[in-house]
Amino acid sequence: MASSNDVVLLNFWASPFGERVEIALAEKGVHYDYKEEDWADKSSLLLQMNPVHKKLPVLIHHGKPICESNIIVQYIDETWQTEDPPLLPSDPYLKAQARFWADFVDNKVNFSAIWRTKGEEQERAKKEFIDLLKVLEEQLGEKPYLIGESFGYADIALIPFSCWFYAVEIIGKMNIEKECPKFIEWVKRCMERESVSKSLPDPHKIYEYVLELMKKLGN
Amino acid sequence: MAGDKVKLLGFWGSPFALRVEWALRLKGVEYEYVEEDLSNKSPMLLQYNPLYKKVPVLVHNGKPIMESLVIIEYIDETWKNRPLLPIDPFERATSRFWAKFVDDKFVPLIIKMSSSTREQKDKVAEEAREVLKTLESSLNQNKPFYGGKILGFMDIAVAWIGIWAPMLEKIIDIKLLDEEYMPLLNTWFRDVLEVLVIKECIPPLDKLLAHYKDYYDRFMATKSN
Repeated sequence: MASSNDVVLLNFWASPFGERVEIALAEKGVHYDYKEEDWADKSSLLLQMNPVHKKLPVLIHHGKPICESNIIVQYIDETWQTEDPPLLPSDPYLKAQARFWADFVDNKVNFSAIWRTKGEEQERAKKEFIDLLKVLEEQLGEKPYLIGESFGYADIALIPFSCWFYAVEIIGKMNIEKECPKFIEWVKRCMERESVSKSLPDPHKIYEYVLELMKKLGN
Repeated sequence: MAGDKVKLLGFWGSPFALRVEWALRLKGVEYEYVEEDLSNKSPMLLQYNPLYKKVPVLVHNGKPIMESLVIIEYIDETWKNRPLLPIDPFERATSRFWAKFVDDKFVPLIIKMSSSTREQKDKVAEEAREVLKTLESSLNQNKPFYGGKILGFMDIAVAWIGIWAPMLEKIIDIKLLDEEYMPLLNTWFRDVLEVLVIKECIPPLDKLLAHYKDYYDRFMATKSN
């Protein structure tokens, strides 16, 4: 097994993108060094390893950086093969589905408007968010996970956002479980996996973080 | 594979459909091309891609795949001859990174460039040039293509800029592919677009220019109303 300083993760504790990587590493049982970054005050290591975007997370393996969370998860899947099913399905069509939905999450999941806005704009943002979850519920159907029987790449792309739901519910005065019960069932199912429960921060901590962000924005 | 039914729903003026065609042709996959009228989308398109309602869509034995880069990876994994992505996971990650970089950074700037004032256009063009300059930093002077001696995933994911950028330069009257500022990038685009399989798919440039100029003019007209 590679020594832990062969694998380094630069991350910010509240980042859902970083959590995707943490989940993937945990699924594969990879030991790694975790370096917490202050994204408001970026370290020289980060700037050296991700000069293009200067963003987190960055995975550094044998001194070489890999950036962009979904790309990192694919890298992890291709580099560390275990007895468990791979994170991306082996069937090319299902693999394409997994990639499509992970992309969809990247393109569409954005609920920060719920705490950045008020009144009509906020109501619109809340509705868009619920509509989005309903689309994802449709994709789930009767399946335990987004693409099929196994927890994988598409689930990993989406699940980290669930720890923000508590904040969204309080600030937006919403009840997500009531509107999208199937989706919350999926969330709970994912949370039963140690890789997920150990990688996601406490929703109360996220709520405090959001309150801080709102204060900075003058809300 | 014999007996495979492959259909590509596309639009002749779409760079994203074009790069899927490049992938299919490099692999020697036989396919039926279906031209979509984007102002009047077919029931077939709406059925296959209800979420985005966009082209390209690849339909393989009745099953649809959407999003051009996802489609290209699907093609690479299904038809294993002449691989497009490298074998090494790190190199694969790097190819994917640069393909995504271009889509995420350059495409929105093109859309933004239809801003109304001259000053705004010039500012956005400058940002776009910097994006291209960063892309250039990914190229290796010693390799003709990003994929090495033969075209790879990154080359076909990005080469559309070599066609669209000069066209936008004419339409919007801005500079993007500065030969002096990014010589390696210019050479790379020229080399990729010269490859026969790539070249023979490129739509007629005057038709493309007319189409996008018309689109741009109509867009600018709505903005000034």
